[in-house]
Amino acid sequence: MSELSAWRDLRAGGTVLPGEAAQPRTGGWRTGVKPEVDLSACVNCLLCWLYCPDTAVRVDDATFVGFDHDYCKGCELCAAVCPTGAITMVRDGD
Amino acid sequence: MATEPTLAVLTGGEAVAEAMRQVDPDVVPVYPITPQTPIIQTFSKFVADGRAQTEIVNVESEHSAMSAAIGSALAGARTMTATSSQGLALMAEVVYIAAAMRAPIVMALGNRALSGPINIHCDHSDSMLVRDSGAIQFFAENAQEAYDLTLMAPRIAEHPDVLLPVLVCQDGFTITHSAEPVELVPDRRARRFVRDYTIPFPLLDVKAPATHGPFAMPDYYYEVRYQQVAAMSAALAVFDEVAEAYAKISGRYYHVVEPYELEDADRAIVCLGSTAGTIKDAIDAMRADGERVGLLELRSFRPLPVDALREALGDVDEVAVLDRADSPGGRPPLYAELAAVLADTGVRLQSFVYGLGGRELHPEDVPGLFAALQDPRSGPAYVGLRGESWPA
Repeated sequence: MSELSAWRDLRAGGTVLPGEAAQPRTGGWRTGVKPEVDLSACVNCLLCWLYCPDTAVRVDDATFVGFDHDYCKGCELCAAVCPTGAITMVRDGD
Repeated sequence: MATEPTLAVLTGGEAVAEAMRQVDPDVVPVYPITPQTPIIQTFSKFVADGRAQTEIVNVESEHSAMSAAIGSALAGARTMTATSSQGLALMAEVVYIAAAMRAPIVMALGNRALSGPINIHCDHSDSMLVRDSGAIQFFAENAQEAYDLTLMAPRIAEHPDVLLPVLVCQDGFTITHSAEPVELVPDRRARRFVRDYTIPFPLLDVKAPATHGPFAMPDYYYEVRYQQVAAMSAALAVFDEVAEAYAKISGRYYHVVEPYELEDADRAIVCLGSTAGTIKDAIDAMRADGERVGLLELRSFRPLPVDALREALGDVDEVAVLDRADSPGGRPPLYAELAAVLADTGVRLQSFVYGLGGRELHPEDVPGLFAALQDPRSGPAYVGLRGESWPA
């Protein structure tokens, strides 16, 4: 929803139904570092998926496939909980 | 069960409780406060006696009462509550949210002065505190009207073009505690009139989930707020529609403004609430002496019926606007409204503040109000104030 609605086109009180809200790209808040993964060291425990407070860990049918940096705020939780060291934080923008 | 109207001697509080029993709301979250207490006390007895099926939620404050009311109204349950004065002040924050979330809660307001000094008697300062909240405010003149407006209120609040809280304002003690004959609509007819409660996207409809009250940034806040302006405009037409339907079951037809002896009047009073009754008596006496005086009683303060006010008052030479509330350092609220509405009509206005903290206005005071119109002053005249202001 990129075009802004007029008051008459909004539901009373601004009520929102599922699927209508534009996903805000919370990755824009990130400062400093972002996660990278060495998939050859990943054991697919999905702890990173479990701990990620946003939706930055992309999973395809229960398999970890990488990060969606549009939704990563750089909190480093995934790197902290990774049991094999497959996830490392790198300087953002590199 | 009665099929004919019942005439009963009831206080306004009891009459409103009867209307609530007939509406039989699903949920009533409420906290007691004088002079509203007789309403919820009488209604609680109806519930305890099995005469209403309502879930009464005994909350710990009025802030909680209105918060719970929003939750239940949006969950899909018809919700009513009641308060006065400090109670409304405490819930004021949440009244704004109720209006913004378009929760059609009906609330009896036993009008009482705001502290301080602490006082339990009538004025309209509590109503005026939430003047800009987006809540509708109707003012009753007596117990009958408080009863009737309470029955009409759910249909107005819940109309899909409106969806706003409705406050049925009734002067504390003068209406809430004074007994008078009140004609009650038969239960079944009242129940049929009120209809079933429906709102768009009730929260308990888990098959159709919705987010109510989302955060709104500068790109949307303005539009969501404007919706309340549109809903208020719609409420004027809805009032007439509901009043017409109510007249069919009750024989009593309400209008957003009620003119009294205004047709050929050269001078008129505009006021809210029970004082209108006092003034009507005084006008009858003055008319008997040949004075062309009249009254315009404002039934709906929010929405303000701008066109009806202009039409009713446009031909009057002088209008005394009576405020039972003040705005220290500014103009009293009702006067400020009338001054704006009649700005280009040539009608001369004089502001009067009266009755604060329950100070009585007697019929014999009314001729003096009309007389004071001959000697206009720029600021408000303070009726009955000891010390210089008015009468001089």
